[in-house]
Amino acid sequence: MSFQWKWEFTWAILPRLMWATVNTLLASGIGYAIAMVLGLVFALLLRTGWKPLTLPLREAIEFIRSTPLVLQIFFVFYVGPQFGVRLSPWVSGMIAIGLHYSCYLSEVYRAGIEAVPRGQWEAARALNMSTRDTYMRIVIPQALPPSIAGMGNYLVGIFKDTPMLSVIGVAELMQTANAIGSETYRFLEPYTLVGVIFLLLSLPTAAFMRQFEAWVRRKLGM
Amino acid sequence: MEMSAYPLELPEDDRPMVRFMNVTKSYGALTVLDQLNLDITRGEMVTVIGPSGSGKTTVLRMLMTLETINGGVIYVDGKPLTHMPKNGVLVPANERYLRKARSMIGMCFQHFNLFPHMTALQNCMEGPVQVLGLPKAEARARSEELLEMVGMIDKKDQYPSRLSGGQQQRVAIARALAMRPKIMLFDEVTSALDPEVIGEVTNVIRKLVNEHDLTMLMVTHQMGFARDISDRVCFFYQGRIEEQGEAEAFFTNPQRERTKQFLSAVKAAD
Ligand SMILES: Nc1ncnc2c1ncn2[C@@H]1O[C@H](COP(=O)(O)OP(=O)(O)OP(=O)(O)O)[C@@H](O)[C@H]1O
Ligand SMILES: [Mg+2]
Repeated sequence: MSFQWKWEFTWAILPRLMWATVNTLLASGIGYAIAMVLGLVFALLLRTGWKPLTLPLREAIEFIRSTPLVLQIFFVFYVGPQFGVRLSPWVSGMIAIGLHYSCYLSEVYRAGIEAVPRGQWEAARALNMSTRDTYMRIVIPQALPPSIAGMGNYLVGIFKDTPMLSVIGVAELMQTANAIGSETYRFLEPYTLVGVIFLLLSLPTAAFMRQFEAWVRRKLGM
Repeated sequence: MEMSAYPLELPEDDRPMVRFMNVTKSYGALTVLDQLNLDITRGEMVTVIGPSGSGKTTVLRMLMTLETINGGVIYVDGKPLTHMPKNGVLVPANERYLRKARSMIGMCFQHFNLFPHMTALQNCMEGPVQVLGLPKAEARARSEELLEMVGMIDKKDQYPSRLSGGQQQRVAIARALAMRPKIMLFDEVTSALDPEVIGEVTNVIRKLVNEHDLTMLMVTHQMGFARDISDRVCFFYQGRIEEQGEAEAFFTNPQRERTKQFLSAVKAAD
């Protein structure tokens, strides 16, 4: 093993890591999409105030938030088959990450929804709007802009957590770097590259989310 | 009074536009409305005045079904509003019944409550399109006509954040009217406004009184305005009507001691 940086080797493995980056982005994107939708569903279900539903749901969310993501990934992938549910690494990983982050996002949505003034609900009611329309057309559009910063943080969070998928063999960046390492016995270059790639992708995301928030506010006339 | 003693429907010859029948509202131990009885006839303009905390807003909110009722029944156009008939007795109304029953009532709030993510025109069109299911073109025509009426047509594409309080309130009135209500409720619609723009809102209400056959219930602290435009004035005191009467007579010749005290206190404050 050598501690000397080899540029030749670096260029040689770069294409393979680039392909793995696509997988990492894909995993982040799919996981986040699941988390966004599921999180909204959870937030709305919790608002029904129907105890037989909200109490277990609240407990489940609390449980998922207080246990490690990597455990949940293992659980879906390895324990599932014992109950006859055999899922591919990708599917298991997306379920675990999506579910995990939906619990955090539901909290972001909840805060956003609660920040909408009571007068808005009452105006919607005075116009005789249905509950559905009140949410879709009045409350959620107003809950969105203040939620974007929090949503952005969790987008970066999901992105940085995708390496955990390597433990069940999803060919994302980390798993690919590991593979390169065990094939060539050189770890310096692949791991450094993974770090740089993560950095280059994470940094602009925060700035992008700020732009996005400003854009949404403008779009909504606020 | 037993629930079974309330009629499922008011008789033909005794059908005010609104009837509060023994209406009680409490928050915990605090009774805010105490067995309130109040009739409002078709086309009548009734003003509610009274000290802070006397339950004026609560009366309007009960009628708009923004609050649940703890006792009694409210009838609108002869039919129960807060309750619905089931197996020959009145039971608390469910959401589906409420959506039908309250469709003839509109309300304007002290703080306007315009939707901030919609322009003035979109605010007005929202109800007609989403709730009444009108085609967009028809809703737009109706909304523009109303914005014209309240003098806001040239600001129709502005968002509320770009409008002054008086302008927002006028849009809010147009928005409520776009639903073609038969009953309009105004809760201190000028209280959050700068003195110099109060007139633009009261003028719109004046116009409504003169040109429409709306039934109106208004809470206000502006005694002069109340005297000018109301058919009847109700003075609330601790969740009850302490005194009521035809506007002119009420102000020139109040009967009850508390009314006199209140009126002279407001006069002193002016
Ligand atoms: N949601 C609530 N929870 C508890 N108490 C309430 C609630 N809403 C109103 N109250 C109380 O009910 C009473 C009547 O309130 P209401 O708003 O009807 O008074 P008001 O006559 O409109 O007064 P104001 O002139 O200050 O607007 C007050 O004592 C108020 O504190
Ligand atoms: Mg009030």
